[in-house]
Amino acid sequence: MNTSLTEPELRPLGLDGILVRFARTLTEATNARALGFCEQVKHATITGVTEVASSLVSVRIGFDPHVTNRTCVTLAITELLASEEATENSPKRLWHIPVAFGPTYAPQLGEVAALAGLTPEQAVAEVEATTVRVMAIGFAPGQPYLGMLPPNWNVPRQSTLTDSLPRGALICAVRQLIIWAADAPTGWRHIGQTAFRVYLPETAEPFALEPGDAVQFNAVSDSAFRDIETNTDTNGGARCEVLR
Amino acid sequence: MVQLTIISAGGGLTVQDLGRPGWKAQGLSTGGAADPLALLEAAALLGTSPAQAVIEMMGFGGCFKVDGGTRFAMTGAAMDANIDGVRVLPNSTSFLAAGATLTVGAAKAGVYGYLAFAGGITTPPIMDSRAAHLTAGIGKRLQAGDTLPLGADPDRMRAPQKLRVEDRSTGGTVRIMPGPQTDFFDQDALYAFTSTTFLRSPRGNRQGIRLEHTGAEFGTKDGLNHVSDLIVPGDIQVTGAGVPYVLLAECQTIGGYPRIGSVIPADLPKIAQAAPGTSLRFRFLTLEEADATAHTQAAKLRQLAQLCQPMVRDPHDIADLLRYQLISGATSGDDLERP
Repeated sequence: MNTSLTEPELRPLGLDGILVRFARTLTEATNARALGFCEQVKHATITGVTEVASSLVSVRIGFDPHVTNRTCVTLAITELLASEEATENSPKRLWHIPVAFGPTYAPQLGEVAALAGLTPEQAVAEVEATTVRVMAIGFAPGQPYLGMLPPNWNVPRQSTLTDSLPRGALICAVRQLIIWAADAPTGWRHIGQTAFRVYLPETAEPFALEPGDAVQFNAVSDSAFRDIETNTDTNGGARCEVLR
Repeated sequence: MVQLTIISAGGGLTVQDLGRPGWKAQGLSTGGAADPLALLEAAALLGTSPAQAVIEMMGFGGCFKVDGGTRFAMTGAAMDANIDGVRVLPNSTSFLAAGATLTVGAAKAGVYGYLAFAGGITTPPIMDSRAAHLTAGIGKRLQAGDTLPLGADPDRMRAPQKLRVEDRSTGGTVRIMPGPQTDFFDQDALYAFTSTTFLRSPRGNRQGIRLEHTGAEFGTKDGLNHVSDLIVPGDIQVTGAGVPYVLLAECQTIGGYPRIGSVIPADLPKIAQAAPGTSLRFRFLTLEEADATAHTQAAKLRQLAQLCQPMVRDPHDIADLLRYQLISGATSGDDLERP
């Protein structure tokens, strides 16, 4: 596999979409490139383009096949790639989100810490010390893929799936964290608990986070966490700092 | 406003429409009817908009009443239905009078049956759609005792229509197109995949269905070590050593399993309507061939509307034939000559 891909790959993704993939492995630089290009496509006015969405290493450009066609959109994308701009990559917002790491809230913290060569206390300290970025939103509504943690956190997914996890669970695999929002099994491990809701369907702004946002996790005691859980004035005690 | 009351309901009843496109970037898949073609068929029969909301019935129907008469149509899976004991024909328009009970049974062929009322279900839209998206926490399963608002029938006197539909519940060969990860699979794997006859597993829902097989394996060289990437409905993801899942309307938006290809939208209803045990095979189209199958919903609706025919009832099917006034307007024969 070519892991040092620098020339983006253009591939079909559905009858009404083209995927631009910047690499086949995830790095912060590739993710920044995907997010930057997503913005560039959104701002370019390409006839017939409908929905533009980014992922960890790629951007899907959706189009209406009755207004335009694959050839025209491919041409427009190729032109944009030729003039790919170095985009402002610093986060627009920084979120501070409280996390409980007590044993009842973090059943697999010890396991992950051991795999990362750390004690549970060191693992919590490393999570707190790393400002992660929202690298992608997806799988379930509003659910963030956050990264990247230091290289020793390159812990694989479990081979057996965990059937269900509480909403707001902080889960971990392959140098990434997710604030869990899905009702589905997962192979990621449960290392903490937030009361943060990434998806608020009953509100005017149903999706809390955006790709590119920065997130800092702050450890709180289990009792402080229970207070946060019962306090509905804030979204899980989170604080959002607007940076630019 | 007409009120629809659900007297009893199977476990898989939800309100659906054509879904809510445009939220992929936020992690919300389009959702909507598992078999959108059935909504176009209902709209063609009733002469209504395909955007109207209907009741989707997975596997089993229920009992329904309205407090104002309305036309309706049942499309999708074949389900026995009657109004107070009088049979209701599928893929046809019927009339449900106020107070009468419509009873819909189990699916005899196919999985997803649709009950479309002429005025549509008029619950308040959420993000521009009335479709339940249960994995996203939007809407809920319908239960006995629930009531739903219906729009008024815009054309109660419209002549009854029927539509002959091509069967899509018996599986067979499904056309697929290449996707971004098709080349993660080597030629042997692609050959094994397209040479295998799969059976639709009992495991399946609106998110996707699992396929079983006893043929050769066809994983990717790199196994499960792929970066998670964007998904569209129809994508066939291959877990482990070659257990494929075909993703449907309510799929996740990003996933880590490699995807061997994508079922084209025109053939996706065949997947949705394949009951457990149905045989399925896959055939790759070239990208050009696949792109040529893209059609607008409006064009498809026009085509279906042209195929609708006025319904002539067979007197044999009319249980209460003798209650009808079969002869009327008899005259003495000289009416026109009278002053």
